[in-house]
Amino acid sequence: MTPSCLAIRGLGVETTRHGAAVRLVDDVSLEVRAGETLALVGASGCGKSLTCAASLDAAPPGVRRTAGSIAIDGVEQAPADIRGRLVATILQNPRSAFNPVRTMRQHAMEGPAARGVPAAGRAQRIRVAMADAGLEDADRILALHPFEMSGGMLQRMMIALALASGAPFLFADEPTTDLDLIVQRDILDLLLRLTREQGLGVLLVTHDMGVVAALADRVAVMDAGRIVETGAVMDIFHRPAHPVTRGLRDAHLSLYRDRSAA
Amino acid sequence: MSSLDAELAGDLASHDLIPPHAHGRRGFWREARWPARIAALVVGALALIALLGAWITPHDPDAVDLAIRLQPADAAHWLGTDHLGRDILSRLMAGATMSLGSVALAMALILTAGVILGGTAGFAGGRVDQVIMRVADVFLTFPTIVMALFMVGVLGVGLTNVIIAIAVTHWAWYARMVRGIVLSLRRRDFIAASRLAGASPTQTFIRHLLPATMAQLLVLATLDIGHIMLHVSGLSFLGLGVSAPTAEWGVMIADAREYVWTEPLLMFWPGLALFISVMALNTLGDALRDRLDPSLRAEHGH
Repeated sequence: MTPSCLAIRGLGVETTRHGAAVRLVDDVSLEVRAGETLALVGASGCGKSLTCAASLDAAPPGVRRTAGSIAIDGVEQAPADIRGRLVATILQNPRSAFNPVRTMRQHAMEGPAARGVPAAGRAQRIRVAMADAGLEDADRILALHPFEMSGGMLQRMMIALALASGAPFLFADEPTTDLDLIVQRDILDLLLRLTREQGLGVLLVTHDMGVVAALADRVAVMDAGRIVETGAVMDIFHRPAHPVTRGLRDAHLSLYRDRSAA
Repeated sequence: MSSLDAELAGDLASHDLIPPHAHGRRGFWREARWPARIAALVVGALALIALLGAWITPHDPDAVDLAIRLQPADAAHWLGTDHLGRDILSRLMAGATMSLGSVALAMALILTAGVILGGTAGFAGGRVDQVIMRVADVFLTFPTIVMALFMVGVLGVGLTNVIIAIAVTHWAWYARMVRGIVLSLRRRDFIAASRLAGASPTQTFIRHLLPATMAQLLVLATLDIGHIMLHVSGLSFLGLGVSAPTAEWGVMIADAREYVWTEPLLMFWPGLALFISVMALNTLGDALRDRLDPSLRAEHGH
């Protein structure tokens, strides 16, 4: 049975600066349901990406998780057990997320090998996943190195790798930040289709309210390491309760006002 | 529309504008200059002699025959005989097995320790890193020969102990290098991606970090092999490593000391063997470095 709900509870993350502990994420709780996209929004540096990484115990060196747990369908799990197995992750910058001296095929084989998937089904699985991610001609692409591919292709490849893992949940950490608008739209469409058709539960980290409007079902707003507001996407846009949410929305609208007026 | 992207990249790739491997690995021989080729041949020949040593020596290297002691070179004994009538060429060949074998063993120990300790230090970071690197610093401060003498003094005389002593005195350089490379790559996104894809730290290290250190390790190792060879022979010369009856170049030089004025060739041959081996290995290491370092290659304009 595919799990239907992933919950992060009371996550706290700290680092040490000049000998004093600095709290980077404070008591963050989130719930991602299958077939639904939860957007985690907030200004740069408010702890969004860190929340994703730390909940899977993959925070960068020097940063530690001090509190919190992750539970699937109400059952608490060790983060190391669900990384790549129940939660796949798409990173922010596709160009640096691939080892420059390895081909796509080697990347594609790495995850299954790490998870102990039998070798027999691997090739077929990655082919299907690549087709789902909009990459035709899998054989040609699998032979390429990262520098031989465009940013859009790499991001699709990353999504394909995530899909091939068969994980029911996906953490997408600013999946469209470094891409041009057209590729952005394609990737967003792809993510939307995957949540609808394959029942993927997506935690979408972004600071782009346009992406939120296009993709999210629910929104959690973060500020300075805390969740300040959670709600359905329409409520966040039309009836923002917290000043930070209002600020984000207004900043977004002010950027696009001229265009929507024209 | 993003198919345009794909098409463009596809075009580039299909027209070989971006060759998958700008320089193939098999090109070493073709690109190498003649000293490197000779060095490669010599190293190959040495390795062959070391492997086949026991079977291809013209005489028994340990057979004493005092009737023919200190003979000059002739058809039966190509390089003559030593003070106990043993065939010098056979002893040189048997010595190659001893020298290269012990060097290979020492190198294997050094590489293993260097990769494991350096990799752990770089990858784990924090206190582990501090402890390992401070220990490494201690080993780096001693001149290696002094340290090796000390180790042999503690462990006792014998080839095994010499090999251990050499490994103990050399691992720190390798550990430092591996740590440096691991540190420079540790925070890259693809390491995080590997971790997030479910790989354990060991798997991530072996798959993404170890290959990156291989080129440098290979170069440092080839350059160091000559150095280690001199160590083994040097310690044997001092009577700390291989003991007298066994054929080993350092022992042969030590044996020949008494005859240095009357029979200088006795000392010359093992010295020449040592010189040629060390020279060949260093030249090969140099050529490998030129080949594996992209910035140097760009300067050469290949």
